[in-house]
Amino acid sequence: MAEQAVDRQEQEYTESRQQQPAEHKEKKPKKKISGDQWVALGFLAPSFILVLIFVYGFIGWTGWVSVSNWNTLVPDFSFAGLKNYIYLFNDYRFQADLRNTVFFTILFIGLVIVMGLGLSILIDQKLKGESLFRNIFLFPMALSFVVTGVVWQWLLNPSTGYNQFLAVFGIQPKWYTDTNILAGFEWGSIEFGLPVAIIAVVIAAVWQMTGFSLAMYLAGLRGIPDELREAARMDGASEFQIYKKVILPMLMPITVSVIIIMAHISLKIFDLIYAMTGSGANFVTDVPGVYMFETTFRGNYYANGAAIAIIMLLLVAVFIVPYLLANRRSDG
Amino acid sequence: MAVLFLTPVYVILVTSLKPLDEVSLANMWALPSAIDFSSYSHAFSELAPNFMNSVYLVVPATLLSALLGAMNGYVLSKWKFKGSELIFTVILFGMFIPYQSILIPLIQFLRNIELYNSIAGLVLTHVVYGLPITTLMFRNFYANIPDTMLEAAKIDGANFLGIFRHIIIPLSITGFVVVAIWQFTNIWNEFLFAVTITNSDSQPVMVALQNLSGSQIVQWNVQMAGALLAALPTLLVYILLGKYFVRGLLAGSVKG
Repeated sequence: MAEQAVDRQEQEYTESRQQQPAEHKEKKPKKKISGDQWVALGFLAPSFILVLIFVYGFIGWTGWVSVSNWNTLVPDFSFAGLKNYIYLFNDYRFQADLRNTVFFTILFIGLVIVMGLGLSILIDQKLKGESLFRNIFLFPMALSFVVTGVVWQWLLNPSTGYNQFLAVFGIQPKWYTDTNILAGFEWGSIEFGLPVAIIAVVIAAVWQMTGFSLAMYLAGLRGIPDELREAARMDGASEFQIYKKVILPMLMPITVSVIIIMAHISLKIFDLIYAMTGSGANFVTDVPGVYMFETTFRGNYYANGAAIAIIMLLLVAVFIVPYLLANRRSDG
Repeated sequence: MAVLFLTPVYVILVTSLKPLDEVSLANMWALPSAIDFSSYSHAFSELAPNFMNSVYLVVPATLLSALLGAMNGYVLSKWKFKGSELIFTVILFGMFIPYQSILIPLIQFLRNIELYNSIAGLVLTHVVYGLPITTLMFRNFYANIPDTMLEAAKIDGANFLGIFRHIIIPLSITGFVVVAIWQFTNIWNEFLFAVTITNSDSQPVMVALQNLSGSQIVQWNVQMAGALLAALPTLLVYILLGKYFVRGLLAGSVKG
């Protein structure tokens, strides 16, 4: 059977390299290929097994904990059914978390894309000091979310920081201490609308991540051949039209990548919010990541924490799985 | 816009160079009347042990995960077999999972093998969960090495390991630099594993920084100095090796 498998591999192998001279194929001793293939598998196997256990095995384990009664310090794996999930969906704090996640994700992704795209187009105009500007916008990427959180906590302090400038214009936002919810309506036990305090966290997150979309878009813009722009100009298109009709559509795959990457960062965000605001008054800046951490490791409600973790995983999977499958198809 | 992006840097520097009595809400934008490094020495004495923990963590974790990633990337780009694409996707998914979803079992597991609350436990964790991204980066990197080169080596009688040692590794220097910078930055900056797997003596620097800001009396000058100290290694990497840093960013974005 192994021999057969090797045969098939050999066949695929040569089929995929048809430019190879035919006699070459016959010379190659089969035994050696097989040996090398085994070594290749040996190279890959430890990592693959580790991933199977540490990713898939552990997810399964967390899934089991999430339907168990383990809500004390002592592990208790007895089956509890969906009790923990039902508890969460009726929980005021968790409902607020979901609301916050929705608004954080939309604002965060939207701004990162708009800022990254806008700045990359500006920088791409071959203006002077291009690399300096690129470096300025990119450096926050080298920082940790904890550092960003600590610094922005100080900058967006309601009685200081940027407010000292804004006060000149008569605006004094309360930033992350604001408990207002904009355009709210009752939804479950919470008020559903944009929590004003989230905006402060979004600003910090956008400051940190804009460089990433900027780098992506710059790479994309560099990849568009000049002839294309020239041709459009010859046809009498204005610069604005060129961007709208030619360049932006060509950048679509990059936008999709940025959305996917930002979405998974946003859905699992923890350290920035933990370092900057915590859950906030009335949970206006709370997110599932923070709730999971506190409920599991501060409150010892392991089963509840596991249920939050599984919901987070499902939210991320909704974005990631189709993307991975689509990528795989286009690769193959 | 660029100025706006730099204001946090200005504020960090200005605040960290002030003595405590000058750090007040009203004059946070003002320059210090005299440069005072006491907040740095204070922050340094608080963070130094944790800083070293981060060094002991990040060096082996980066090297190990890069090496394993290189091995996987080599197989998955140059020795494809039936199902290798599937295996790659299965590994890649690990890059996107929220780590909360594996945290409880991970901690139980580390307790069982007695690596809980140790740097070694954190190294293991970062190596394992770094596998997807390092594999991806090396796979994309090796895809650019022409297959004909390997064919030639095979004709000359080189086997799997021979090719790896004599062709792939020497051509991988850039790849190793890019992956190492990426892993170094990520592991240094990581917080969730650090805060849940370790406590007190073995905490990395980011957890210590967070604790510094959580203390009762908020000494903003010390906090800002601490933030700068904690960020210094990755900032240096960014300044000195910016080109590779950006390449890492792009390579980490799945399709690159």
